Amino acid sequence: MLGPLDYPKLLCFLAFWAGAWLLNSELAKCRAPWVRYAVPLVFGLTLLVLWQAGVTAYGVNKIILPPPSDVLARMSVSVPTLWADLVQTFFKGALSGYAMGCSAAVVTAIAIDRSPFLQAGLLPVGNFVAALPIVGIAPILVMWFGFDWQSKAAVVVVMVFFPVLVNTIAGLAASEVMQRDLMATYSASYWQTLFKLRLPAAMPFIFNGLKIATTLALIGAIVAEFFGSPIVGMGFRIVAEVGRSSPDMVWAEIAVAALAGSAFYGLVALIEKRATFWHPSQRN
Amino acid sequence: MKRAAPILTVLLVIIAVWYAAAIWMNAPWAYDQAVRAEAAAPTWAELPGLTLNQDRPVLPSPHQVIAELARSTLGLPPSSKKSLVYHAWVTISGTLLGFAMGTTLGVLLAVGIVYSRSIEMSVLPWAIASQMVPIIALAPMLAVVMHAVGATPLMTKAVISAYLSFFPVVVGMVKGLRSPEVMQLDLLQTYAAPGGAVFWKLRLPSSMPYFFASVKVGIAASLVGAIVAELNQQAGLGARLLQGSYYGQTTQIWAALFLSAILAAVLVMLAGRIERGVLLRMGMARC
Repeated sequence: MLGPLDYPKLLCFLAFWAGAWLLNSELAKCRAPWVRYAVPLVFGLTLLVLWQAGVTAYGVNKIILPPPSDVLARMSVSVPTLWADLVQTFFKGALSGYAMGCSAAVVTAIAIDRSPFLQAGLLPVGNFVAALPIVGIAPILVMWFGFDWQSKAAVVVVMVFFPVLVNTIAGLAASEVMQRDLMATYSASYWQTLFKLRLPAAMPFIFNGLKIATTLALIGAIVAEFFGSPIVGMGFRIVAEVGRSSPDMVWAEIAVAALAGSAFYGLVALIEKRATFWHPSQRN
Repeated sequence: MKRAAPILTVLLVIIAVWYAAAIWMNAPWAYDQAVRAEAAAPTWAELPGLTLNQDRPVLPSPHQVIAELARSTLGLPPSSKKSLVYHAWVTISGTLLGFAMGTTLGVLLAVGIVYSRSIEMSVLPWAIASQMVPIIALAPMLAVVMHAVGATPLMTKAVISAYLSFFPVVVGMVKGLRSPEVMQLDLLQTYAAPGGAVFWKLRLPSSMPYFFASVKVGIAASLVGAIVAELNQQAGLGARLLQGSYYGQTTQIWAALFLSAILAAVLVMLAGRIERGVLLRMGMARC
């Protein structure tokens, strides 16, 4: 597969890789705070440069793997399309489903927390369902709720419900007996204990569930679009552009999805930091 | 028995709700048929009979799903393309191959992360970021690329499965390989144990509980990956789901869904069995 001229190129790439790696291992030795960001940045840039140079140098078919510069160019010219897709899939489908699913899960958890019988029955079932390939219900929900964002939100609701439920139930059990006894000596009512002690104590667990759910929400919304959607949306665009053999648009869409997903996760993590500042895992 | 009673109650309630929902959701069709036949609208007593056994129900009733499941697994020869056994096998083979690849990669990466600070600092943030990317969105693209490279559908599926399963393994193994206490590491140092021995005799054995915890998460994730990857392929449970949704065969969708749920349960249970066996042999099982 490689011609005689290709070996020098390969050597160049290997040298570049080795150089970047050397730089990183030197960087990793110093303890300055900015190094924590610099090292992964250097690594990511190295990969991008190798991708760009490799695709150009070996003349890889652009349909198979477009260079990052093409993807960037495509992103800059099709901002309106990308924005419309983002609104349809992320804001309408994923976010509304996420809000509904998570709040329903927290409320359900609080409701069944009062009954040990329901807990003993629902927890194993919930744990089981949380491990199931839930994306499989996407075609059914698309049939029931139509092609528009409502069906995507429904898939997201089902996907995020069980992880959040299981985590919240575990969290509600997290306050210690001593603390609950203290609340009892204050003659605190059930609701006072719930809001002043048990829910705050459950926050680290709830946020763990919420963070898992961010990724699931975006996945659910995109996969649901594979089963039918209006002519807008990230999942729709990906399938359509794969069919039209314009991979730069597909990669642009994936880049947007990655950015939106990371931003969403980052936002939830930020709120977690504010809400659970007292927890040991948040101390520096 | 004490633990089974609440679970059974919950399951019974779910089934009851399901039947009620099936009657409610399929009723419009029954009413519609009555109007077309210019007959009187069905009464409440007739409604269950008219709604629970439709050919193309909006929501098939549980017994229809189970009948379809039995017909398409036991009623057909396993080699037939209509048999769910055939499709399940296609899915399982992709899942297991991808899981093996993902686990191997995950363990190797975890070893690298534990032993090299620069690998940890450069790769770990990206490994975490990679999980925030809805990677499943890549599945159609990856299918095209892999096809162009000449990979089989099985390989395509396995790559996506591997991608989904490698992350839990990395996280679990990093935690596990770092779980030995300073005291234990110091003891090996006083024995003048070489680095290899520290790894094989202390770090690796003490990582096993963490490893199996990740394996259980990873195998479920790789099943999801395989099913989604099959949406772009000819055979497998994912393909059955898509065909069912194209042709409005709701019973077929539900049967495929049930089978994938059963597969997930069996795979996780199998992992649990292996875990128990291994930990028992190593004297670490909590009986």
